[in-house]
Amino acid sequence: MLGLAATALILINLYTDWLDPVRERLSSLAAPFYWLTDTPSRVGDWAGEQLRTREELLEENSRLQHQVMLLEQQTQLLAAVRAENTQLKELMNSAESVDQRVLVAQVIGVSPDPLEHVVIIDKGRSDGVRQGAAIMDASGLLGQVIEAGDISSRVLLITDANHALPVQVLRNSVRAVAEGTGDLYRLKLRHLANTSDIREGDLLLSSGLGGRFPAGYPVGEVISVKRDPGHAFADVDVQPRGRMNRSRFVIAVIEQPSTELPAESGFEPESDSGLEPRD
Amino acid sequence: MEAHNRWFILLTIFFALLLSVMPLPTNWLWFRPAFCALLVIFWTTRMPQELGVGFAWMVGLVEDLVTGSTLGAHALALAVLAYFSLLTYRRTRAFNPGQQLMWIFVLVGIHQLLGNWVHSLAGRAVPGLTFLWPALTTALLWPLVTPWLHGMASRLQIR
Repeated sequence: MLGLAATALILINLYTDWLDPVRERLSSLAAPFYWLTDTPSRVGDWAGEQLRTREELLEENSRLQHQVMLLEQQTQLLAAVRAENTQLKELMNSAESVDQRVLVAQVIGVSPDPLEHVVIIDKGRSDGVRQGAAIMDASGLLGQVIEAGDISSRVLLITDANHALPVQVLRNSVRAVAEGTGDLYRLKLRHLANTSDIREGDLLLSSGLGGRFPAGYPVGEVISVKRDPGHAFADVDVQPRGRMNRSRFVIAVIEQPSTELPAESGFEPESDSGLEPRD
Repeated sequence: MEAHNRWFILLTIFFALLLSVMPLPTNWLWFRPAFCALLVIFWTTRMPQELGVGFAWMVGLVEDLVTGSTLGAHALALAVLAYFSLLTYRRTRAFNPGQQLMWIFVLVGIHQLLGNWVHSLAGRAVPGLTFLWPALTTALLWPLVTPWLHGMASRLQIR
């Protein structure tokens, strides 16, 4: 009997989304476990902070000040570029991009299942995190929220074997779909024609197609392109920019400009991967 | 069973759940013992009259929620595990340590097999027989943990 009940539960869970609200409600039950197992590393962090010498702190302080100065200088440039960009977009009658609201969250746990790349963060619906929110770190896109509980959420990383996201080459706007491989350091570009213009070292940005991820965030760098004339598609390996298993603090985009397909891009339709992007 | 000592069983389950979400280096993830399965075998073998398949099912459901796996996956695996454990608890008690170890390997192997079945339904391929590693580590853990658990259970007079 119970076996049947469990089987039914499994099938409902896998093939329908009826149970999703229940899961989200009950996932607050799981949060304390992750919080507790995270305690040793938090104590370690705290001790590391407390036991620093004065010299180290001074050194770090001056380093950070330098960094802030550099970043501020870049931001100044950015303001001018942004104004220009808005103006150009207005000229082209395209949708206006709204500023995104972001939130800093902390990774408190990792899924115990070695087959899935899922991390647990300490922000949930009470902080405004919704299902589908994009998660990134300082260097690139990390993943998306697949289950938002009250006080914690589960984030599917872009390297998970079941994840794919639409990307675009920075150099020439060639579009493609980057698929996770189950390897934390590798993505693959799917169905990219042999003739498409892509090289090693190309930076890939999220294209915003599919409406799940905001456009323009770095996803990864092409590390190898293999073109075999016998195959229709090129074999392109990508190294993700975001530090998948080393980021402790992450940024959650909790308000997206729009969830519709943006028609804004002035990119030429030179993409030869005639593929519908999916998330 | 004395009602006021029931908490010890829940406490062990709680610690098993904690251990099963403990962060581990990526390469070690495959070798994490199935702590909840171990406890379900232990408690059903020790108190077959009081704890049954329903208990295992509930533990499994909580484990599913905590680890975030497909709802019902662990519930199914642990319920089946408890069923086999209840069928054979007399033999399990009479086995010598070596036989016990092998028997635990088989039981947890069944548990892993069912978990793997749900995994493949979800479209995640498991390379080869790697899903059996936890069965081995759990079996190796069994002789280390059970004397202590038996000791605690007897002291608390959970019978």
